[in-house]
Amino acid sequence: MTTTALSTDSASALRPHAEQTYAAELEALAKVDDRQRPPGWQLSPWAVTRYLLGTTLDDGTEITPKYIGSRRVVEIAVATLATDRALLLIGVPGTAKTWLSEHLAAAIAGDSTLLVQGTAGTSEEAVRYGWNYARLLAEGPSEAALVPSPIMNAMSRGSIGRIEELTRMPSDVQDGLITVLSEKALPVAELGVEVQARRGFNIIATANDRDRGVNDLSSALRRRFNTVVLPVPDSAEDEVRIVTQRVEQLGRSLELPEVPAGLTEIQRVVTVFRELRSGVTEDNTTKVKSPSGTLSTAEAISVITNGIALAAHFGDGELRPADVAAGIQGAVVQDRVADGVVWREYLETVAREREGWNDFYQACREVGA
Amino acid sequence: MGRPRVDTSKVSVLGVRHHGPGSARAVRAALDELEPDLVLIEGPPEADSITSLVGGLEPPVALLVHLADTPKAGSVRSREGWGFWPFASFSPEWAALRHAHDNDVPVRFCDLPAAHTIAERVARAEEAEERREKAENEGADQIPEPARDTEPAQAPERAEEPRVRLDPLGVLAEAAGYDDAERWWDDVVEQRADGEPSPFPAIADAMAAVRAESGPETGRDARREAYMRQTLRGALKQGYERIAVVCGAWHAPALRDLGDYSIKDDTALLKGLPKVKTTATWVPWTHGRLATASGYGAGVRAPGWYHHLFTVTDRPVHRWLTAAARILREEGQQVSSSHVIEGVRLAESLAILRGRPLAGLDEVAEATTAVLCEGEQTRAALVHGRMAIGERLGSVPPETPMVPLQRDLMAARKRLRLKAEAFDRDIDLDLRKDGQRERSVLLHRLRLLGVEWGVPRTPDGGQRGTFRESWRLRWEPEMDVALIEAAPYGTTVESASCTRVVEIAADAELPTLTALTEQCLFAELGEALPAVLATLTDRAATDSDITHLMSALPPLARSTRYGDVRGTDSGHLRTVAQQILARVRAGLAPAVRGLDDDAAARFVKALDRTHNAANLLDDDLPAWLDTLAALAVRDDVPGRIAGRVNRILSDNGRVDALELRRRLGLVMSPGTEPAHAVAWLEGFLQGSGLILVHDEELLGMIDTWLLALPEERFTAILPLLRRTFGAFDGAERQEIGSAVTRIDGGGVTDGRERRPIDANRAAPAVAAVLGLLERSGA
Repeated sequence: MTTTALSTDSASALRPHAEQTYAAELEALAKVDDRQRPPGWQLSPWAVTRYLLGTTLDDGTEITPKYIGSRRVVEIAVATLATDRALLLIGVPGTAKTWLSEHLAAAIAGDSTLLVQGTAGTSEEAVRYGWNYARLLAEGPSEAALVPSPIMNAMSRGSIGRIEELTRMPSDVQDGLITVLSEKALPVAELGVEVQARRGFNIIATANDRDRGVNDLSSALRRRFNTVVLPVPDSAEDEVRIVTQRVEQLGRSLELPEVPAGLTEIQRVVTVFRELRSGVTEDNTTKVKSPSGTLSTAEAISVITNGIALAAHFGDGELRPADVAAGIQGAVVQDRVADGVVWREYLETVAREREGWNDFYQACREVGA
Repeated sequence: MGRPRVDTSKVSVLGVRHHGPGSARAVRAALDELEPDLVLIEGPPEADSITSLVGGLEPPVALLVHLADTPKAGSVRSREGWGFWPFASFSPEWAALRHAHDNDVPVRFCDLPAAHTIAERVARAEEAEERREKAENEGADQIPEPARDTEPAQAPERAEEPRVRLDPLGVLAEAAGYDDAERWWDDVVEQRADGEPSPFPAIADAMAAVRAESGPETGRDARREAYMRQTLRGALKQGYERIAVVCGAWHAPALRDLGDYSIKDDTALLKGLPKVKTTATWVPWTHGRLATASGYGAGVRAPGWYHHLFTVTDRPVHRWLTAAARILREEGQQVSSSHVIEGVRLAESLAILRGRPLAGLDEVAEATTAVLCEGEQTRAALVHGRMAIGERLGSVPPETPMVPLQRDLMAARKRLRLKAEAFDRDIDLDLRKDGQRERSVLLHRLRLLGVEWGVPRTPDGGQRGTFRESWRLRWEPEMDVALIEAAPYGTTVESASCTRVVEIAADAELPTLTALTEQCLFAELGEALPAVLATLTDRAATDSDITHLMSALPPLARSTRYGDVRGTDSGHLRTVAQQILARVRAGLAPAVRGLDDDAAARFVKALDRTHNAANLLDDDLPAWLDTLAALAVRDDVPGRIAGRVNRILSDNGRVDALELRRRLGLVMSPGTEPAHAVAWLEGFLQGSGLILVHDEELLGMIDTWLLALPEERFTAILPLLRRTFGAFDGAERQEIGSAVTRIDGGGVTDGRERRPIDANRAAPAVAAVLGLLERSGA
């Protein structure tokens, strides 16, 4: 095949896929992995959990942790896929649902690209198959005129299909998945054939907690998923680790000038987010109001990345409170009136009094003024 | 070495984990094979005399060893003077007891007697208490640190102890590559099926290896082991040969290698230990208590799961998840068999992923969440929590030794057919029936003794003129302890609660006292009543806080009424109540002066309650209303209270409509501060605003007043108005709304014009209501 203008090689991609970024790690794991692999899997379940949780292999290869948090969650997810049950990841926005599903697909099938994005406008073609109408009209129904969906591709290749935001899809489109999941086959009525899934096929879907009630899954479909709820990070320690690690990676891939990601600032941002999210200060003494936004870890990551970019291009090359102030205010204040009050209150009652936070407080005040 | 070597070749030491189902299985199998002629169990030897009762016990039960002389409740001795040794059906010790009982093998407990343990503990606690008291007397800055205070003997020892002694299994598990000791033990020992070879020699060897590193035992553990060895030696001397010893795995090597320890050392260790007189008995226990790690719980994380593992013969995971599905279905959740199938598959593949031989509690819990409950964690936690604990209450046979008070309660329970159960049961009692009234009396008496077996379900419900009482019953094992503690008060529930009531009354505040009076009546403690009432009169005379008096009145007034129903002489009660009401009347006017809004709101509530009480004491109602009438015309009364008083007076016909309108007009006139007016209105309309519907002139006055207010004044009082009107229910607000439209000349409510009453059609209804009123004796 010739390279069309649309495709990009991975080196110049803005964000390479997980299996490209971590190709070396996957390879190293495959080399030492002597456990039994379920049919169609690139790695054994054991190695997949190692890949996700991070470890150091006997030959010294460092496997970076991809998911920082409960080992339990990862184990259930992997065990689910190993029993060829479909996996449904649920969580509030920014709890690494998509991240986890991408890495699971990369580790299990070596391919995380078979992706369907669920939206209100997602049509049945996106989960089943569509037609190349020019061909269909010219030649009549034939396999050549068929345009397979990512899911159909996953079935025929024995790979993992990913569905993002399952609950955003209209219910009738969702229900198109029932046959796929129970019969593991997709009939093409027009051609009188069916695509049978090869071993190794499975589906990972993600759904958003905040969307509950939008297009709730029918119980028939729900029954075919094992559901794993992804929690918000337990401890501030974990959250700081997640943010630090992701910020580093993002900085690398965006080729930002090297800025020492000040741990103090990261800790500060995480603390602010956690306190506002839980409605009480970390020392459990002062109540604060919670804003309307989710304040997920993902947002904390983007605040820091943004801050680093500011520091690199406009600042003195070091992450200062002033660099994160604007970003953090933008993340907290989603609703100008209500959240504005929340944020000002937080600054005045919590940030102002806290030791070592004076610069931050002043910076935020400046942004707010 | 000159000491005679005893033949220990036929002694088997079975080192177990307390409350481990696999250990229990292994013990059962080992005993069947060994056919011992004596079984020794780690436990207090005080219980030797009651092992004969094992046949009648149903686990979970606990051995209770307490001081023989019942100490005064609340003293150090009552707090520390007892100890529990719980047994569940899946405890290895219980398996050993059952084996001995079923095969007529003698059985003894071989641990250090509780007499010593309790004596030590009491002494330590008393010492700590003394020190604290002394410190308090000498000044606050000399209070010793609490940590050293509670465990003076152990703390220094503990600090130096290596980890291996604190957590020997943890060290072994780590060696085996596990990060969780419980789990390792579960995998290696507890999840074993029947028919596998005995694990005990290996366990003892492993422990011996661990102990070799940690050095010899010291302190209490050394004494305990010395005592166990002495018991074993004694048994061997008596001629027993095939002795089976069931003890914690840690102690196994110390008993197995009997020859390595000298008798002299052991005797020396056990010399001069403090001692107290104790009594042992069996008490029912619950799984819930087994699960708690604090106090006398055994820290068994999931007794329900262990019970399940121990009782089912095969496919524990399948059966467990099926049971979970059944519970979910009972809760109205749609859980199909395919959920269970997929749940089992997930649990098993998780176990494989984690390298465990069998799915354990964690795996089934996760399968329950991810598959059966479709990710709903709260629901899963509910089901799982319930199953993992598996609520269960044991029972003991009637011939178990008990204090007289327990016996009396047991007899009463039997007579009244009330069962002690470990879960909540709601009962409704009709007090007009003798049997049911007696139950209520029993429950009230027990509450006075501090045994909260029954808790009234809706407080104050069923007390006003009705004959019903609702209770929620739940028996907890520590209630037996409470009974034993209460034993010094008397030998029957009745006499004990009488003594207790008089004791409480002696130093109680006024409101407590009146509540106590009421309880005396509920509990039919006629003997205690005079003493309580005497104290009550004294207190009422000296208490100058009028709110105290006001809150004391309602229970008393109720008692006066209630006493009539129960046939108690209420004359004395009435006198006391009347006295208190008189005092309230005298103190009312000065008390209301200068109250702020919050205080006024509280006072209005007290006023309402007092008014209800005065209503119950009907003879005194006129005098009470006189007092209120005097209060109503004073100027210095906060608006809210004044409004309320006027409402009460108008409801009772003491202020006629004309006068009421005049008073409202005064308040609503421009000279009055709007805040005062609106507070007045709030007090006046509190509870019901229907008066506005029925008296359009009143409504008109308020309407005019509101319209005449300048804008900023109106905005200022609007929240208060909203608070007043917001409290009415929807229908009432609608009625008032349509009344307002009527005044404004709106024609919306034409269809609802008031029809004249048709006396003929109303006659039957009136007759029926009259009949009802007569019957209730009002």
